[in-house]
Amino acid sequence: MDICSLTIRQAKEALDRKEFSAIELVEACLENSTKYDGILKALLTVDVDGARQEASAADRLRAQGVSKPLLGIPFVLKDLYTTKGLRTTAGSKIIDNYTPPFDATVVVRLKNAGAVILGKANQDAWGHGSSGENSDYFPTKNPYDTSRVPGGSSSGSAVAVASGMCLAATGTDTGSSVRLPASFCNLVGIKPTYGRVSRYGIIAMASSFDTIGHMTKTIWDNALVYEITAGKDPLDASSVDRSVPRYTQALGKAISGVKIGLPKEYFSSKGIDSSVFTATKDAIKELEALGAMFVEVSLPHTDVAMACYYILVPAEISSNLARFDGVRYGHGREVFGEEAKRRIMIGAHVLSSGYYDAYYKRAAKVRTLIKNDFEEAFQRVDVILTPSSPTPPFKIGEKTQDPLAMYLSDIFMCPVNIAGAPALSVPCGFVNGLPLGLQLMGPQFREELLYQVAYAYEREAPWYKTRPDLKKIEKTHE
Amino acid sequence: MNNNYTTIIGLEIHVELKTLSKMFCACKNDPFFAGKPNIYTCPVCLGLPGALPVPNRKAIDWTIKLGLALGCEIPLVSKFDRKHYFYPDLPKGYQVSQYDMPFCKNGFLEVENTMNQTSYNRMVRIRRVHLEEDTGKLLHAVIEGKKRTLVDFNRSGVPLVEIVTEPDIRSGSEATAFLKKIHRIIRYLCISDADMEKGSMRIEPSISMCRKSDATSKSRPGLDYMIPAYRVEIKNINSFRFVRKAIDYEIKRQRELLYRGETPEQETRGWNEGKGITVSQRSKEEAADYRYFPEPDIPPLRWQQSTIKTIQSTIPELPDAKKKRFMETYDLSDYDAEILVETSQLADYFEECTRAAQKLMPDTGNQDIKQYQEINPKSLANWIINRKINFEEILPARLVTQIVQTKKTSSIDKGELEKIVAQVLVANSKAVEDYKKGKEQALMFLVGQGMRTSKGKISPESLKKLIADSIIRRKEQE
Repeated sequence: MDICSLTIRQAKEALDRKEFSAIELVEACLENSTKYDGILKALLTVDVDGARQEASAADRLRAQGVSKPLLGIPFVLKDLYTTKGLRTTAGSKIIDNYTPPFDATVVVRLKNAGAVILGKANQDAWGHGSSGENSDYFPTKNPYDTSRVPGGSSSGSAVAVASGMCLAATGTDTGSSVRLPASFCNLVGIKPTYGRVSRYGIIAMASSFDTIGHMTKTIWDNALVYEITAGKDPLDASSVDRSVPRYTQALGKAISGVKIGLPKEYFSSKGIDSSVFTATKDAIKELEALGAMFVEVSLPHTDVAMACYYILVPAEISSNLARFDGVRYGHGREVFGEEAKRRIMIGAHVLSSGYYDAYYKRAAKVRTLIKNDFEEAFQRVDVILTPSSPTPPFKIGEKTQDPLAMYLSDIFMCPVNIAGAPALSVPCGFVNGLPLGLQLMGPQFREELLYQVAYAYEREAPWYKTRPDLKKIEKTHE
Repeated sequence: MNNNYTTIIGLEIHVELKTLSKMFCACKNDPFFAGKPNIYTCPVCLGLPGALPVPNRKAIDWTIKLGLALGCEIPLVSKFDRKHYFYPDLPKGYQVSQYDMPFCKNGFLEVENTMNQTSYNRMVRIRRVHLEEDTGKLLHAVIEGKKRTLVDFNRSGVPLVEIVTEPDIRSGSEATAFLKKIHRIIRYLCISDADMEKGSMRIEPSISMCRKSDATSKSRPGLDYMIPAYRVEIKNINSFRFVRKAIDYEIKRQRELLYRGETPEQETRGWNEGKGITVSQRSKEEAADYRYFPEPDIPPLRWQQSTIKTIQSTIPELPDAKKKRFMETYDLSDYDAEILVETSQLADYFEECTRAAQKLMPDTGNQDIKQYQEINPKSLANWIINRKINFEEILPARLVTQIVQTKKTSSIDKGELEKIVAQVLVANSKAVEDYKKGKEQALMFLVGQGMRTSKGKISPESLKKLIADSIIRRKEQE
């Protein structure tokens, strides 16, 4: 049996029962990366020696009776996460030779919880993308169908979990970048409330939008990791001082009476694939059977959300990328990829004198309206449900010719980033072997609600058990 | 000389706050005495990817303190903004500063000046006092035969207060008087050493010449001049004594151009210390577009009125108020009071001395009262000022005692003195002979006798001198 196909919960129990060691678990994951990454291209850097050392240490600690929440569990980190002594590229050629002298706060927390870091995941450079095709290195492939995208920008992270290279992976979600790849790769992905998880040491894309999330196979796994990563950080002035609940303890509570909103602006969208519609309707029926009540809600400013997003986010991108001047680290700015240059130019333009009021300031005001939309909706319902993506995973190259088409794949996901509210994607079915995801959005700091509803659904519809057929990959490309 | 032109001067002053740590990180704030380059650095002040700024509370409090001392309003909401430009000493490619919502605004400072032997007051309005971070420092060197520029980031991130005045100053001497006053206030508040040679205070005057307005002028109501057609900023003034020189030179340069019918260019000029001239640096015609927008990593700051009051209460008695009180309470002249309040240490020392003098007043008997009346505050002030007492070397009580002793001597008239000395020499001829033979102890014996005879009215030092001189005189006469 491939022990990397276990969930974190199962692996922890097996490790405690000494069915296998952390070293064996890590070696199995490393073997999977050797077997499949030639094709999948999920990883940019693998720290074989470091991982083996950490795994041995984990085994020793366990033998001594030391208990830590993630002791010996293999993780992959998105390459926006700064790791001390381990190359960090952000998926870009500009810092292809940058070795940070410090760990991001979330990395410190995962390590303190006993996690074993296997390596750094491929991604759309700087987080700019929804498919993984904007990596300066090479595009990552969807393990369910290698001619298709795994979603982005945390493309490598999703593929690493889905293909058994690790049991969990971290990502960032600025406008969908954890939830979309989770949805395309049959995983659970969380986008935290803005400020819930420290951004210190995570290479910034859009400072007031970036959230620090992660992907796992199941809801329970996801909630456990969240207990570790969430919480105030004195090194991040935008992190919120609010106690972190034991998210795993919210799971298993009945959801009868929970009010779930269906935003009419999302469901009337013309671009939704019929397979997505069907899968979503089936999920709604499952939830109704569990006692949830569905209510139509309105998010009236949905139609301007993308415009608002693509003014504010590039503005912050252009500012956050200004430090890459080649003086202290990295190469010169001419090495930036096409999409990065595009966003830098748009961003500089909307901030420039004479245009600031018409673009940036106006978009900032619209942002408040969109935030209010959600707050008003949450007066009437507990959570909001939508499909994660209007379409199943699309073909590699299908949207790269038209940046706007690529931007629109985030249409269900980025409004919640504008509002700073939390959201979750959970697997909800397949079409032609391609994974589909269901999105739940909640009020700020109410992630336990999202986990509660998603867990109840997952118990009835455990789609996570359908693993990708990786033998296909091995065989075809031997 | 053509008197049709008014000199319009505004000042921009930067002051490094002497907090223990830097503005946005915990690095040591001590750039001038660092000894080696790049030893007080961290990911934040080096602008490494993923680093985040966390504001230094003390620096903010001290900025408010300074604003209050300068009569400013403190708006209850304030924020930081990003100011973008590229330069090797600016690691993030932007400076965290304040744009449209500074901590303090609309203050004033009244300055006394003398022109053509007439004293007058000039009210200088202060537009704003805000807080920002300092940049690194560039050093030009020749390394292996090649011209290179090196960057030292010890100064990067040091808290910097910026004070901007309205263009209310009308001459180089007014500017100097203003700067001396502000320098003194800053030192009284103990928030900075404000030392121009060490770079903890930097001054940039802006100078224009305008036609004096006539009845049908295009000037704004209330102005005594027409709005200037240009403005010249002077940088690189590295010492207090050159402020006046640089301004006077620049006024002369502009005046000559205007008399020739030319308009001086709007530009930045550098002061060349060696040649005593200003030199064109760059044209300010197209001001840089800094693309300001609110700093997303630092939430806006909201003050409670009570907090402002608390900060206000920590402001010590300031120089102007202290001077006024000294003149009223101690009957000091303007001149003497001005000198005594130059530093708070000297002013405090003076007041300690007046208290020490009070303590020495005898409870009973009036034989010595006349002497002690000599130690009134006025004469104390005189003594301290004219004898250039170094207050660090002598405690107040000691100084007062010394003065009393010295004055004791001068309260006996000369005739009396000579009589006493003669008496002593006659009554102790053996001691006189012993002293003539070289026995120092004999002199001290004679002094003791003199003290007894004069009942302590003469100080031992004076007696010693008088007796010794007297003996020498007699010896010569023999």
